[in-house]
Amino acid sequence: MADMQQAYEPGTHPDLPPPRSTVGVVGWLRQNLFSSPFNWAMTFFSIYVVYIIVPPILSWTLIDADWVGKTRDDCSRVGACWVFIGVWFKQLMYGRYPDTELWRINLAYVILGVSLTALLVPRFPWKHWVGVFLLFVFPIIAFYLFVGDAFGLPLVETPLWGGLFLTLVIAIVGIVASLPIGIVLALGRRSSMPVVRAICVCFIELWRGVPLITVLFMSSVMFPLFMPEGVNFDKLVRALVGVMLFSSAYMAEVVRGGLQAIPKGQYEGAQALGLSYWKMMALIIMPQALKLVIPGIVNTFIGLFKDTTLVLIIGLFDFLGMAQLSATNQNWLGFAVEGYVFVAFGFWIFCFSMSRYSQHLEKKLHTGH
Amino acid sequence: MAEETKQAPPPARPPIWNDPVYRALFFQVLVLGGVILGGAYLVNNTLANLERQGIASGFGFLERTAGFSISMTLIEYSEEMSYGRAFFVSLVNTVLVSLVGIVLATILGFIVGIARLSSNWLLARMAAVYIEVLRNIPLLLQIFFWYFAVLRNLPSPRQSVEVFDSFFLNKRGLFSPAPVFEPGFWLIPTAFAVGVVAVIFLARWARKRRDATGQPFHTVYVSLGVLIALPFLAAIVTGFPMTWEYPVLKGFNFKGGSELIPEFVALVFALALYTATFIAEIVRAGIMAVSHGQTEASYALGLRPGPTLRLVVIPQALRVIIPPLTSQYLNLTKNSSLAAAIAYPDVVLVFAGTALMQTGQAVEIIAITMAVYLTISLLISAFMNWYNEKMALVER
Repeated sequence: MADMQQAYEPGTHPDLPPPRSTVGVVGWLRQNLFSSPFNWAMTFFSIYVVYIIVPPILSWTLIDADWVGKTRDDCSRVGACWVFIGVWFKQLMYGRYPDTELWRINLAYVILGVSLTALLVPRFPWKHWVGVFLLFVFPIIAFYLFVGDAFGLPLVETPLWGGLFLTLVIAIVGIVASLPIGIVLALGRRSSMPVVRAICVCFIELWRGVPLITVLFMSSVMFPLFMPEGVNFDKLVRALVGVMLFSSAYMAEVVRGGLQAIPKGQYEGAQALGLSYWKMMALIIMPQALKLVIPGIVNTFIGLFKDTTLVLIIGLFDFLGMAQLSATNQNWLGFAVEGYVFVAFGFWIFCFSMSRYSQHLEKKLHTGH
Repeated sequence: MAEETKQAPPPARPPIWNDPVYRALFFQVLVLGGVILGGAYLVNNTLANLERQGIASGFGFLERTAGFSISMTLIEYSEEMSYGRAFFVSLVNTVLVSLVGIVLATILGFIVGIARLSSNWLLARMAAVYIEVLRNIPLLLQIFFWYFAVLRNLPSPRQSVEVFDSFFLNKRGLFSPAPVFEPGFWLIPTAFAVGVVAVIFLARWARKRRDATGQPFHTVYVSLGVLIALPFLAAIVTGFPMTWEYPVLKGFNFKGGSELIPEFVALVFALALYTATFIAEIVRAGIMAVSHGQTEASYALGLRPGPTLRLVVIPQALRVIIPPLTSQYLNLTKNSSLAAAIAYPDVVLVFAGTALMQTGQAVEIIAITMAVYLTISLLISAFMNWYNEKMALVER
């Protein structure tokens, strides 16, 4: 052809297209799935595993599932029966909280949701005020909304609390309360005073060395013994104290990591300016350290959130506990799997989105020192 | 210019309430006093409460008859035995479930972690999905799922799931062949022990020779050979003094062989699958932490891919992997306490559950239970610290 014989000046020849086999779908397949005999084997193995696992799950959860109905007779029992979830949905979400009072929980959710969104949107201006509101004002509002017995709201006893609502209460109270305790413990662990340091190390290592379930047992069995005669705490409060002690030890370690990551020059600079210990910590060190450990705090929260399921062992009916309880109802025996799958999905959504958010934060905050 | 250097006056000592030394002392006394006072208050309340409720105190109850049965016992136990004995039985159960869980989770975790780094897109995706799904679901839920949803729905013993006609899985548990030792069997473990000693000396000799002459020696292959050949020889000499006892269906259940109760199977499954996701991420991070330059430098020195992996990449990756791996082992051990939720007889269920209910001695029993986990935690971390030190970089 004429084109082929066209003479080019040295260096002016246009780039040749890449070989056919390395571009497009075929090239992608070749590179990523069939590059070697071992890769061929792995690909077929993977396809086989997917074939075994995915179609049955899909047909059970979606295709063969029953979606509408009111009783168990509406379930064909071929696939999942989501009627079970529909019937027990209110219990799974709120426990036995009275129907007429549910708006209180929902109102708290809305306040929390709106202020969290304000915090998460990068360009929102009054972040500090929202933070102060969330940490100091919101707990008071939430307390009176949930418990009642004031401002004309009727009292709702804690044994009526349950479901996802209880899970959120335990996890959020645990993490919010453990943050200040954890900061104090972390400072104590890095203190130069040997007695303070020893006490903090013992406290942290004690709670980190034992499983949460023994802490919960302790708080539910031994706590009443610790208190003077006549003082009696509610079961939920006892569980909350246990969760707080436990998570504050983990929080202390997270904060300590942040403190260690602050370069020594920052401490020395603050001291050279004549700041006292507490001023140095509050104005120079902590703001930087806490910023560094936000992903760590989120990860601790994820761990705590999953661990709250343990409270069902001491007789509180959280999200999982409610599912377990509904599946033992006389009319609904044999629907445990649907309950587990629903609860697992709920936890998964929360934990997965939080872990994605913490990864995003880690990337964003990785400014490098 | 003759200038008289003026001696600066010694800094005035600050008043005693501003002197850092005294301040530190004061605060420490304050904190210590507070802790002691708080502790005394709690102890005082507890003693008063115990007296009022008429609960005995002290560890004397460990000698008394327990009077309850335990569904899985590896060491001899019966209802007439003491609380102390019941404690050891449950301790062995906890240790067993943790060890089996750790081994399985490590194997699975390494496989999945490496699969996630695979160049095969499908395999890497599958590993990622497995990790992201299982590690974001509470462990207790997973234990419930395996126990209540899967194992409870298995067929009855008559329709067991069979593998090779020797393993049977049904709702009563997992039945497998059990070894039966005949007289003369002691020679085989002895031969194995001799082999171990021989291998240690061999490795020392090979190392010395390599340091002196530079000649490599196939220590691994020779050691494997010795470790297999010696017990095998012993077995031939004694005429294979071990047989397998197979489980046989008799009536409504299997007899003979070794039996694993369903609680154990569910617990190990859930623990291993859950912890493996974390181990997989650790392994992935460890391998990715070894920079590609290390591999290239090793190739440039003329090492082939096998030795490169064994001598350059893996030792460096392990250094990154081991510390977080330790904390995963600790987590698994602590998580094994969730056994209480499905009635697997571990320390928490037997001791903090049944024994606590019967004796009411909450303080002693919870203290012992916590001490068990603290001890296990400290032992594992001590061992891992020792190993970590051995593996740590030796810098010039």
